[in-house]
Amino acid sequence: MKKLAASLIAIACIGGVASADTLEAVKKNGHVKCGVTTGLPGFSAADEKGVWRGIDVDICRGVAAAVLGDANKVKYTPLTAKERFTALQSGEIDMLSRNTTWTLTRDASLGLNFTGVNYYDGQGFMVNKNLGVKSALELDGAAICIQAGTTTELNLADYFKSHNMKYRAVTYDSSDQTIKGFEAGRCDVLTSDQSQLYALRIRLAKPEDAVVLPEIISKEPLGPVVRQGDDKWFNIVKWTLFAMINAEELGVSSSNIKEMKKSKNPAIQRLITGQGEKLGLSDDWSYNIISQVGNYGEIFDRNVGAGSPLKIERGLNQLWNKGGIMYAPPIR
Amino acid sequence: MNQASNNNNPEKPSFFNSPQFRSIAAQALLLAAMGVFFYFIIQNMLANMEARGITTGFAFLHEKAGFGILQTLIPYSEDSTYGRTFIVGLLNTLLVSGLGIVFASILGFIIGVARLSKNWLVSHIAGVYIETFRNIPLLLQIFFWYFAVIRPLPSPRQSLSIGDWIFLNVRGLYLPRPELESGFGWMLAALAIAIVAVLLLRRWAIRRHYETGKTFPLLLTSIVILVGLPLLAYLASGGTIAWDRPVLKGFNFQGGITVIPELLALLIALTIYTAAFIAETVRAGILSVSRGQTEAALALGLTQTQTLNMVIIPQALRVIIPPLTSQYLNLVKNSSLATAIGYPDLVSVFMGTTLNQTGQAVEIISMTMGVYLTISLLISAFMNWYNHKMALVER
Repeated sequence: MKKLAASLIAIACIGGVASADTLEAVKKNGHVKCGVTTGLPGFSAADEKGVWRGIDVDICRGVAAAVLGDANKVKYTPLTAKERFTALQSGEIDMLSRNTTWTLTRDASLGLNFTGVNYYDGQGFMVNKNLGVKSALELDGAAICIQAGTTTELNLADYFKSHNMKYRAVTYDSSDQTIKGFEAGRCDVLTSDQSQLYALRIRLAKPEDAVVLPEIISKEPLGPVVRQGDDKWFNIVKWTLFAMINAEELGVSSSNIKEMKKSKNPAIQRLITGQGEKLGLSDDWSYNIISQVGNYGEIFDRNVGAGSPLKIERGLNQLWNKGGIMYAPPIR
Repeated sequence: MNQASNNNNPEKPSFFNSPQFRSIAAQALLLAAMGVFFYFIIQNMLANMEARGITTGFAFLHEKAGFGILQTLIPYSEDSTYGRTFIVGLLNTLLVSGLGIVFASILGFIIGVARLSKNWLVSHIAGVYIETFRNIPLLLQIFFWYFAVIRPLPSPRQSLSIGDWIFLNVRGLYLPRPELESGFGWMLAALAIAIVAVLLLRRWAIRRHYETGKTFPLLLTSIVILVGLPLLAYLASGGTIAWDRPVLKGFNFQGGITVIPELLALLIALTIYTAAFIAETVRAGILSVSRGQTEAALALGLTQTQTLNMVIIPQALRVIIPPLTSQYLNLVKNSSLATAIGYPDLVSVFMGTTLNQTGQAVEIISMTMGVYLTISLLISAFMNWYNHKMALVER
């Protein structure tokens, strides 16, 4: 709340500073100010050494690598769902990368722009195994733990209404509180984006006692967000993600990028060298992203995929030519 | 001589130097400066929000909210408007504040009197209570009741219960609800009549006391009326009350009255915390009436009860009421800590979810602040009126 108040005061008083050139401001500060979650394993969470890790964190690191040439020059601001947009609007952060669902209202009326989708998600339900529930349609009358200020809250209401079922929403501020409420039995069901359910499940004392139901009740395209009206910065954040996806498609990874530099493939040549000045960056912007952070596949694997405790399948997030819908416009 | 005395008359100061003009001018200038300052701030904010493409205005209040709220005192569904979420949140705030004020006052008066007891154990228990709860931050106390006391309660299927009537589990407290259609409706009506009758009786008794000096056993008669009339109604209606009892159906208990654990935790914490302060206020009030007054009253032949009712309490109240007002105000404002445990009060529902779904931060925060200001000023006005009524009548 303190942050919210501070942000409001910032909107009221300074205002002008934030609408200035974000790229210049970032270069001057020497770091990218990035809004992340207060702790969601796989997406953005600080590890035991206090280093932020996750698929959302890697987008911030990618932007820092592209702009400043060093992926570590990021200053993280942990935000609750309620604080996130105000923090960005007021200029407290340069970009928001915090598993945020892209919706019309958010895109059109908050003065913000979504730069793309780094994770295609959908809302699911987690229940205690001993309830014997097999489908979300059996949840009539259940108490449901949910995080305040999310699209999840709205989807849940829609779903229960369209199936003529009743529920009691137990609303908490952070996802941490929702999982604790679920564990204590305050609610029968925990609902959230399915990826988050897996992330929260491994934090239960007995993860095997909870099951994630098969139903997906909504589309949740998650992506980074920037302020409206600064197209230069918008392009940089957008193309950082596209460079990561294109790199995976072309088989360029952090481990082979040195050899790939000599590749005869013109698409790879365009990806690794050049084009930087059009974004207002140096020519090695994409090289820095891929060598320091990696391509999309690597990022997915080590944070949420097979190489992580979450072990989430690629599913929709597989590349478009491998059965998923992850697709990036060409770099040329 | 004449001339000299004329000179002694002070000359009327020029208009610009007159104290009246100066004081008014200074205040007008300050007011104008404040006006310009706020005008500038608001214009600047509107211009900035416009430039960033952030929608402004109160039109969002008529849009469909589309989210559920755990506890609603008025009918509310996902189809209701954002404006209605404001009312729902406001009523939840008023509910917890109102109940908190009542319980904290009762508990505070008991502890305050106990603190002055001649019984060593009683007065020291009260002392420990006050020192403990007054000195632990309220937020910690709320967390304690919510996470340490209510959370470990059993699940609905293993509820603690008193017969088939009252159930307590991690989902809350379930009480039976008397059905209005049965004899209970008549009992309520009888109770209302009894309250009016007692008030009228009290006025009559006081007037008679002033005029004739005869006393009337008001307390005893009031209790008989308050208990007797509803009892009569109960018997007249055939001696039946239908109860809507909570029953375990599916996941949860259905029927009856549900007190959600968030309300329970918040109410207990607010009551216990504020009662500690009220107890000290009460103690100070009673101690402020000098011992001589009691002795004088007893010497005049008043009984112990009369002394307490007619000498000590009226004087103590004058000292108690002003600080009591600020305790009530604190309680209302502290109730906004509800958001920490997810009790759906105004801050949690309106300034939380509604703000986030609509993004209208400036409008919503202004409205919320306006509400707290209004509630506080109303309580303050009421307590000032009561204080005035209780104040010493100077003759």
